[in-house]
Amino acid sequence: MTESYLLTLLVFSPLLGIILLCFMSPKHHSIKWIGTLSTLLPLLLTIIVFSLFERGIEGVQLQQSHTWFELMTSISPNEPYIISFELGVTGLSVLFLFLTALITFLASFTAHRMKDGLKGFFIIFLALELGILGVFSSENLFLFFLFFEITLVSTFLLLGRWGGFHKERAAFSFLIYNGIGSVLLLVVIITLFVELRTTNITELTLMLKDTDSLEYLSYDARMWLLVLLVVAFGTKLPIVPLHSWMVRVHVEAPIAVVMIHAGVLLKIGAYGLIRFGGGFFPEQLQDMAVVLAILGLINLLYGAFIAFVQTELRALLAYSSISHMGIVLLGLASFNSAGVQGAIFQTISHGLIAALLFLLIGVIVDRFGTTRLDELGGVASQTPLFAGFFLAAGLASLGLPGMSGFISEFLAFLGVFKAMPVIGAIGVIGIILTAVYILRAVLAVTFGERRPSFDRKADLTATELVSSSVLLIMIIWIGVYPAILTSTLGTIGIGG
Amino acid sequence: MDMSTLMQFNWGSMMPEFIILITAVALSLIDLFMNKKKDRTMLVWIALTGVGLALIFLFLQFDNGVVSILNETYRLDSFAKAFKLLMLIGTGLVLLLGLPAPDELKQVRGEYYYLILTALLGGMMMASSADLITLFVGLELLSLSSYILVGIRKTNHFANEAAFKYLVSGGIATAITLFGMSYLYGLSGETNLYAIQSAMTGDIVADNRFLVVFAFLMIFIGLVFKIAAAPFHMWAPDVYQGAETPITAFLSVVSKTAGFAIILRVLMVPFVFAPGTGKVITPDGMSYESLLVSVRPYIGIIAILTILIGNLIALRQLNAKRLFAYSSIAHAGYLLIPFAALSEMVFEVVWFYLMAYLLMNIGAFAVIHAVTKETEDVTIASFAGMFRRSPFIGIAMTIFLLSLAGIPFTAGFIGKFEIFMSALGTEPKRYFLTGAMLLGTVLSYVYYFGLLVQIYFRPTDKKPITVSGGITAVLTIAATATLVLGIFPSTALTFIQDYFHFMEMFNR
Repeated sequence: MTESYLLTLLVFSPLLGIILLCFMSPKHHSIKWIGTLSTLLPLLLTIIVFSLFERGIEGVQLQQSHTWFELMTSISPNEPYIISFELGVTGLSVLFLFLTALITFLASFTAHRMKDGLKGFFIIFLALELGILGVFSSENLFLFFLFFEITLVSTFLLLGRWGGFHKERAAFSFLIYNGIGSVLLLVVIITLFVELRTTNITELTLMLKDTDSLEYLSYDARMWLLVLLVVAFGTKLPIVPLHSWMVRVHVEAPIAVVMIHAGVLLKIGAYGLIRFGGGFFPEQLQDMAVVLAILGLINLLYGAFIAFVQTELRALLAYSSISHMGIVLLGLASFNSAGVQGAIFQTISHGLIAALLFLLIGVIVDRFGTTRLDELGGVASQTPLFAGFFLAAGLASLGLPGMSGFISEFLAFLGVFKAMPVIGAIGVIGIILTAVYILRAVLAVTFGERRPSFDRKADLTATELVSSSVLLIMIIWIGVYPAILTSTLGTIGIGG
Repeated sequence: MDMSTLMQFNWGSMMPEFIILITAVALSLIDLFMNKKKDRTMLVWIALTGVGLALIFLFLQFDNGVVSILNETYRLDSFAKAFKLLMLIGTGLVLLLGLPAPDELKQVRGEYYYLILTALLGGMMMASSADLITLFVGLELLSLSSYILVGIRKTNHFANEAAFKYLVSGGIATAITLFGMSYLYGLSGETNLYAIQSAMTGDIVADNRFLVVFAFLMIFIGLVFKIAAAPFHMWAPDVYQGAETPITAFLSVVSKTAGFAIILRVLMVPFVFAPGTGKVITPDGMSYESLLVSVRPYIGIIAILTILIGNLIALRQLNAKRLFAYSSIAHAGYLLIPFAALSEMVFEVVWFYLMAYLLMNIGAFAVIHAVTKETEDVTIASFAGMFRRSPFIGIAMTIFLLSLAGIPFTAGFIGKFEIFMSALGTEPKRYFLTGAMLLGTVLSYVYYFGLLVQIYFRPTDKKPITVSGGITAVLTIAATATLVLGIFPSTALTFIQDYFHFMEMFNR
């Protein structure tokens, strides 16, 4: 069965590039192309996975499982704790895998502009991709955690070495917040492991659903575990007030890393909440739905308000991400199929939109040398193509009908209004604010006074044009034909 | 006792100890009669051969059952074998570290090597002894050798200060241990651990339950000195800084392993059936809980304090050796967790973590040793640009640091995972211990990753680092083994399962 090794192949495919790069001279001119080509391989493999994935079937597919190691005690040698190497994908993770591979591939082009340490950069960059691919294809919590930590270390290195002026502060801020998150996650994993003696995700979901399992874990214990999970993944998402690290990362990290960070890494938070929070502890999640909804509301409004007063484009988009992630939380908290589907749509749609926006910000940094709103302006006449794409990305972000943002927010709010009308009504303010701050930012960049210093700046290059187009097409495609997502997702209800 | 009884003993079971003893004696004689001006590198090789031979004989003993000789004062069981294995490997690596680079042949001193071997011998006796007397002799042999080793650089005032502090605080700790042991003897009238174990169920003990707890705590407090846990951790930074780096590595690894061996042996075996202070209701009516249950909170507090003190103070250290001193204090705290939790996995977990700790810590000290060659003062900043200066050392150090921080795919992670399991897998779950470990781990990220920042991000104009073959060998072995144990932990885990039956420690 070649098929069953497909996921292993996919997850470890970036290793090929890493090994190749290790043996190259740091000065070699083709390093950047080797780097990009190495991200193409996982993309092709995800497309194969995507096409082999059978839609409309419940459960985990393309599974594979090998016993990895056993922990035994001399008191009870016949009951070992077994940890297996298990990979598998569900509809949800297939979408994220594709998103990861696509955004990494496109992001690798923006890294070509970087001047120093390209070899090291691409090695760690590929390690980051390996980590994320692993996170989304793990069928085992232990494995999930291992890959999760790879993303932690590699992001730290990418941020601390190639970041902006305050890079080391940003890197340590990232490390501490995410370190706490990951250790809390580890506590949850180990508690489940010692109680239920497995770390297989599907098995755990089934066992915890079983009412007899209450004897292992009481209702209160589950509630605590869920709270730990929410904090762990909430740091990643991020949920206000755990967000300060994420703004720093957005502002300081190199563009290629921010694309991945905003596009995929933050989504690990949402993925974890849906898959583990909703999968393992549906009852408890439902009981804390109101708390989640209020947190989501705070995220949505706080992010929007702060974004409104930002004078720096990257920070503005960081707060915009926080605001958009609020909608994910709201959708989840609504606890009905429309809301949950909206939340998932929103994670994917925001991944694409954020990647597109940061790709374009990369262009801004490269051409105009600043991301301050008051120093930008009037570029529509000098670089019309760029301005057009930037406007389109902005519109997608504020949820223009016909684009992916609209359908996701629509579904999420549909769910919220059904479950919690008051919170939904307040949340709508956030949508209006989003329109205001996005338009303010887009208009400040593209229109306004023409600045002579920006004359003769190059418009989008061919690669940039193609990359942006690909992302924009995806955004519009999902907006017009959302069935492309729903058919893959299958019936995702919380608990499934 | 006549000759024939003496010959009846199964002396073969002491073979590793004999080899170390003979090597140490031979080394001292060779050193004495050798021309003063002659190159003494040969001594290192002899010492290494001795350790290697001892390892081979230890492996040959693996299939034997429990052997108990010399009137049951010496005992070779799985526990002893497991810890001797760690100590021998650790000493072997430390000796390799001492292999001189071509430009410093004159510095090799003979006493350095045979003192390490006598210290090792003390440690091995501690792991194997089943009697308070032999145990104490082993402890003192290890301690006295280490005191001299720390102060071996007679003209260096840091070394003098370190040796003095080590001697004084070590003396106090030993006195406290002995004081505790005297109560044990007073209550049972025995010095044999297994005789005490059976005496513990008697009436005298039942009437003096608080004295037993007192004895336990005294012995424990005194012994934590060896593993550098709070409240006896203060010596570690000064001694680690003042001693030569290979000696520091020896103290932080082999001496600590011996410390854990003696703590587990002397505190588990005699006290396992002793009654504690609290009452519990059993089907037969009221009875007293086990002593190990009663003292759990105290061990827990010491573990938590050690973790927090080690990690918090490490945050502010600028000297690399002091930083690793505090880091090793923190690791002692982690290692106390399975014991404090009274987990059923305690031996497996402690052994595996000590193995991981041995590899990553000796590796880290090997790197420090390599850097020390140029400057006596090893600051954090002397790691700057290490990756540029020597990619090999940079990558090896990265592996050690990630392992120390408990990042996956390294031995340190598996060890930490097991410790967490031991705290959470025991009923009732030990939330405070888990919380302390959690906090400690996150705090430790700051200083371990701070070193990574130096290694990779900071520029330097220094020349490439040249290292001796010994250091290269240690780095290669330690880094490879750290990764292998992290990626294929089953290699060590099945080894434990196949050869070590720790529970046989409790049976006479």
